[in-house]
Amino acid sequence: MKRRHILCDRDRCTGCMICEFACSAAKEGRFDLELSRIRVLHATPALTDVIACRFCRNTPCVKACPRGALSLDEATQTISLDKARCAGCGWCLEACPFGAIALDESVKTVIMCDLCPNHNQPQCIEFCPQKALSLHVSVKGQG
Amino acid sequence: MTSHSRRYLVVDLNSQKTEVRELPERLLRDYLGGAGLGTRLLLEWVKAGADALSPDNPIVFACGGLSGTMAPASACHAVVTKSPLTGFLSTSVSSGLWSLALKRTGFDAVVVTGAASAPVYLFIDDSQVHFRKANSLAGKGCLQTEAVIRRESGDSRVQVASIGPAGESLVRFATIKDGHRLPHRGGAGAVMGSKKLKAIAVRGTRPVSVPDIGNMRDACADLNTHVHQSAASSGSRLAPAACLLSGSGPCSLPTRNYQQAIAEGAGSLAAECAKREYLLKVIACPTCPVACQHVYRVTEDPHSDEQVVLDREALAALGPLCGMYHLPVILRAVELCQSCGLDPVSAGVCVAWAMECFERGLLSSKDTQGLDLSFGSADGVVETIRKIGQRNGLGGLLAEGVKRASAKLGQGSENWAMHVKGLEVAGCDPRMEKSLALGLAAGLRPPTLDDGDGHLPSSLKDEEDLAAAGDSIGICPQVRRYFHDFAAEAAQLYTLATGLPISAAEVRRTGERINNLKKAFNIREGWQRADDWLPPRLFKDPADSGKGAGEVVSENDLKTAIDDYYRQRGWTADGLIPAEKLEALGMDDIREMLKGNWHETPPHTV
Repeated sequence: MKRRHILCDRDRCTGCMICEFACSAAKEGRFDLELSRIRVLHATPALTDVIACRFCRNTPCVKACPRGALSLDEATQTISLDKARCAGCGWCLEACPFGAIALDESVKTVIMCDLCPNHNQPQCIEFCPQKALSLHVSVKGQG
Repeated sequence: MTSHSRRYLVVDLNSQKTEVRELPERLLRDYLGGAGLGTRLLLEWVKAGADALSPDNPIVFACGGLSGTMAPASACHAVVTKSPLTGFLSTSVSSGLWSLALKRTGFDAVVVTGAASAPVYLFIDDSQVHFRKANSLAGKGCLQTEAVIRRESGDSRVQVASIGPAGESLVRFATIKDGHRLPHRGGAGAVMGSKKLKAIAVRGTRPVSVPDIGNMRDACADLNTHVHQSAASSGSRLAPAACLLSGSGPCSLPTRNYQQAIAEGAGSLAAECAKREYLLKVIACPTCPVACQHVYRVTEDPHSDEQVVLDREALAALGPLCGMYHLPVILRAVELCQSCGLDPVSAGVCVAWAMECFERGLLSSKDTQGLDLSFGSADGVVETIRKIGQRNGLGGLLAEGVKRASAKLGQGSENWAMHVKGLEVAGCDPRMEKSLALGLAAGLRPPTLDDGDGHLPSSLKDEEDLAAAGDSIGICPQVRRYFHDFAAEAAQLYTLATGLPISAAEVRRTGERINNLKKAFNIREGWQRADDWLPPRLFKDPADSGKGAGEVVSENDLKTAIDDYYRQRGWTADGLIPAEKLEALGMDDIREMLKGNWHETPPHTV
C-alpha cells in the first residue's frame, strides 16, 4: 500500500474545527478536543492549517521510542502503537517534526492519527463541511 | 455527564474569592443556557435599581446549551448585564474560541460581582481561578492585551476576552473583544471597566460528553451538510457588502445620519469590499459549517499584517451613515474600534450625530480641535473614534452615547440623536421598511441588518421567541436561518446533547418565557410604555432623496402595532406583565423575586 496522509487545502479551510470534534467523537466517544488526532492551527485570523500524522518515510517517532512501542505497519503504511509498552514518556512527541502526536494524560499513552481503519474514510474528511481535507497519496520521490 | 455541567462559578472581585454553585435541573430546563440562563442568574444577583457602572451590577458570561458539542455554530456564549447605555437589560451573544474554552472549563456560567481596587485579570484554568495583577496592561489595546496574557501563560490554548482603553475609561458603548465577530452591544465593556477587570483568560481542557454520541454525530452531520449547502446556495448574502445592494434596487440603508437614503457610492463601495487586495479570507467560528467572518487587510500594503473582521453592521454604521464610501477609511475605523474596544455600531451613530451637529453649526472647529467633521471626512471619522476611545476632547461627550450627548448639547440635537432607550440604532431605515418600526421600538433585542424580512405583530412575537431560544440554546443567529425548521432541529439537538427531552413547541414556549423574563427585568428597572418609541427624526424628517424619499413613520400606525404586539404577548395595554401570564409560563419563582417592586417604578439609573 502507498503512504497516505491527511492533507488540508488552506484556501478552503475556514478553521471551524469540525474535524477535531469528529475525530474525538469517533476515537473517544465524546467531544474532547485535547484528544483529537487532528489539530487546527489558528496562526492568524486569515491563516489556518491542520496537523495530523504525516507517516514520515524515515519514521522519527518510531526511532525515538525507547520502549519499542511504536512501529510502522507495512500493510497499511501507518504507525501502530503497542499500548502495553507505551509509558507516555513523550520522546516521540519531541521527535515528531510536525507536532502531530499528543499525549493522553489520563492513561499516559500517546495518540496519533491512524486514518480511521474502521471507517470508509477518515472521519475528519467525512465531516469537513468545506471539503478542505483530503487523503493525499504519496508518490515516491515527491514526499 | 452531559453538555450541561450543572454548575456555575461566582467570582467576587471585592474579596477576590470564588465559589462554585450548583445549577438545578429545573433552571436549565426552563432557561436552556446562554442568554436565558444568564438573564435568570443576573436577576438573582443584581438588586433593583443598581447603577450599571457600580460594583452592584454583576456581569454574567453564560455558555450556550449546546456549546462544546459538534452542533452547527454552537460555540456561543452570552454576556448579560445591566446596560450602562439604557439602564435596562443587555444580552449579547458572541461566538468563537473563547466561548468554547469557557465551556470546556466545566462551568456553564461565570458571574462576576463587585469591583477590584486595582486592575486585575482573571485566569480560569479549568477549575482553578487565579486573580492576576493587570497594572502593566492598563491602556493597552485588546489584541495587545491578548498577546501579553498568552505570553505570560505560555500556552497557545489560553483564550482571552478583554476590554480596551475604551472600557477602562467607561465609554458607555465599550465592548468586550472575545471572538472575531458579533461585538457585544450595550456597553458590557464599560461594566467590566467599572470593575477594573481588564480581561478574562480561559484555558479549558475538559471533555464534553453527550448521552448518545452516535445519534448526536449523525444529527450534526446531516445538519452541517444541509446548513452548508443552503448557505452556499444563498450566495454572498453574508458578505458585508450584501447590505449595500439588495436585489435589483437600492437598499434601505440610511446615510448621513438618516438624512438621506443610500445613493451613489454604494455600488463602488460594494465592489471595493469584494476586492482581493482587501478581502483576505472568509473564516468560521468553531463548529460553524457556514463561515461568515470576512477578514480584511486594513491597508492596501501587501506586507501589512493588520487584519480586521468586517461585518455588515459595522460597515453600514461607520460607512454610509457617516457619509463615508471609501473602504480603507472604514477598515481603519473598524480596526480602531477593535483595538480600543468600542462597539462599531454605536461609535458610527455617535460620529454621524456629531457630524450633523458640526454641519448645523452646533459644534464649532474649536469644539472639534480643528478637525473637519463634515460628512464623508476621513479624518473626521477616524480621529473622532480615536478620541472617543481615549475620552479626549469631543470624545468625552460622545463616549456617553448619543442620548446623553444630545441631552447635554441640547439646541435641538435630540431630534437627530438616533437611539432607542439609549441604545444607538442599527440596520435598515424603518421609514423605508415600515415593518421594521415595531421591532426597533418595542423589540426585546437590538435589531440588526438581518431583520429585513418584515414584522407583522404576530411574526415579531414568534420571531423574538425563537431568537431568544436560539440565543439560549446557543446557535449563532447568522446560521439559524439555514436550518429547515429551527425549533424542531434545535429541540432534537438539545435533547441529544443534554438528555433533557424537549419538543419544538417547548422550545418556542421557553423562548417566550425568556422574553418575559427580559421584560420583567426591564419593568423592575423602571421601564414604561413611553420607552418603546422611536427617535423623533423617523416621524418628522423624511429622507430627502433616494428610495422612499418623503416617507416617514406614522405615529398612529406604530401605536396600533405596539398595542397589537402587547396583546399578542398577553401583556397589559401599558406593556406590563400580568401575574397570570407569569404563572402560565411557569415563572412563579420570578414573581417572588420581583415582589415589592413589581408595578412600582424605581428611578432610572441614568
